[in-house]
Amino acid sequence: MEQLIIPAIIAITVAFFSVYGLTPFVIRALEKRNITVVDANKKEKTMVARPGGLSIIIGIELSLIILYIFFPISEILAVLLTTFFAFIVGLIDDKKTMGGWFKPLALAFCAAPILLLGAYDSNLAFPLFGTVQIPLLYMALVVFMIPIMGNTINSIDVLNGVASGFITIASFALSICLFILQNYEIGIVSLCLAFSSLAFYKYHKFPSKVFPGDSGAITFGVFYGGIAIIGGVEVIAAIAILPAIINSFLFLSSVKKIVEHRQIKNPTSHTDDWKLQSTSENHAPITLVRLLIAKKPLSEKQIGYEIFKLAIFSGILAIITSFMMGVTI
Amino acid sequence: MSIPIFSFIFAMWILIIIGGGLMVVFIGPLSFSGYGNFDPLINSGVKVLIAMILIFIWVVALLKIKNWIFRKTTTQ
Repeated sequence: MEQLIIPAIIAITVAFFSVYGLTPFVIRALEKRNITVVDANKKEKTMVARPGGLSIIIGIELSLIILYIFFPISEILAVLLTTFFAFIVGLIDDKKTMGGWFKPLALAFCAAPILLLGAYDSNLAFPLFGTVQIPLLYMALVVFMIPIMGNTINSIDVLNGVASGFITIASFALSICLFILQNYEIGIVSLCLAFSSLAFYKYHKFPSKVFPGDSGAITFGVFYGGIAIIGGVEVIAAIAILPAIINSFLFLSSVKKIVEHRQIKNPTSHTDDWKLQSTSENHAPITLVRLLIAKKPLSEKQIGYEIFKLAIFSGILAIITSFMMGVTI
Repeated sequence: MSIPIFSFIFAMWILIIIGGGLMVVFIGPLSFSGYGNFDPLINSGVKVLIAMILIFIWVVALLKIKNWIFRKTTTQ
């Protein structure tokens, strides 16, 4: 345990400060090249740099390389490669909007390093009931889980600061769970995600100076999914991001097909004082944000905080679940 | 509006725990033998089939709970 402290401090420091230090340069470079988008939820026309995924991937990869030097285990190498490939997929989608099926299919291939390096345990652990061994089924689960996690986090990247703030809360909760389960190395990997997303949140929070874009949001999601797989905490990780899963579930159950999120009708509109209200459009999809503003309009900042409260609640449920892992009925 | 969403998250959590229990109870002990080289394939095939049925039941249950929790709010 003691020998893990120094590598952990170095990796976490690099994860945080590289994202914190690099993001302003990325913002300036994007603004200089006019690679900006309109922030749709601001009264005055505001242009925001996008995508900021480059600083996120540099921070994550540097911290993982440092951890791999200290702990040369295949799990860290696998998640390092998978996350990098996912970033490339996101970057392609940032440059050129691809069809609804492009990302899930391309991200499924990103799971290859985890499978090829055998960085998984085919025992699926459930609270209270123990584990179930599903060797072939688990391989399919890995292939499905990476795109699902990437797209789930990408789909909540709709308001200032939400994606980075949400993944910060979820990954801190997941780190605590991994430490409770005494999986310290992967717990440190999870902390690298928590601190890199926290650093990015500084620039992404309301009012945003940068948007992560698909490259950033998918990187967060796939890294999180990869940690869940290599840490053997798939169920706990899913519980920690239940609000985002609900968002995808509500969306899919109302739209009933997989589409690129930019192709759908906006489920919200603005009031005169520029708060967000639920649209009266019947065919617009149901989303988490739409549910939050169903009763009364809320400002963008208020909605963000409501989502964070839900994330904290899910994080607490995840931590309770990790305590339940040690109990078998 | 937050309270129904908190309730829905809690319901999903309970469903995950129950669903996990069903997976362990039904899929865990399953083992077929006597088909030679096809044993792993048959074992996995049956497990996949049962898992798919359980997931289908899980999603249907979740949809029912979602409609039950949010009906009041959305009709207001």
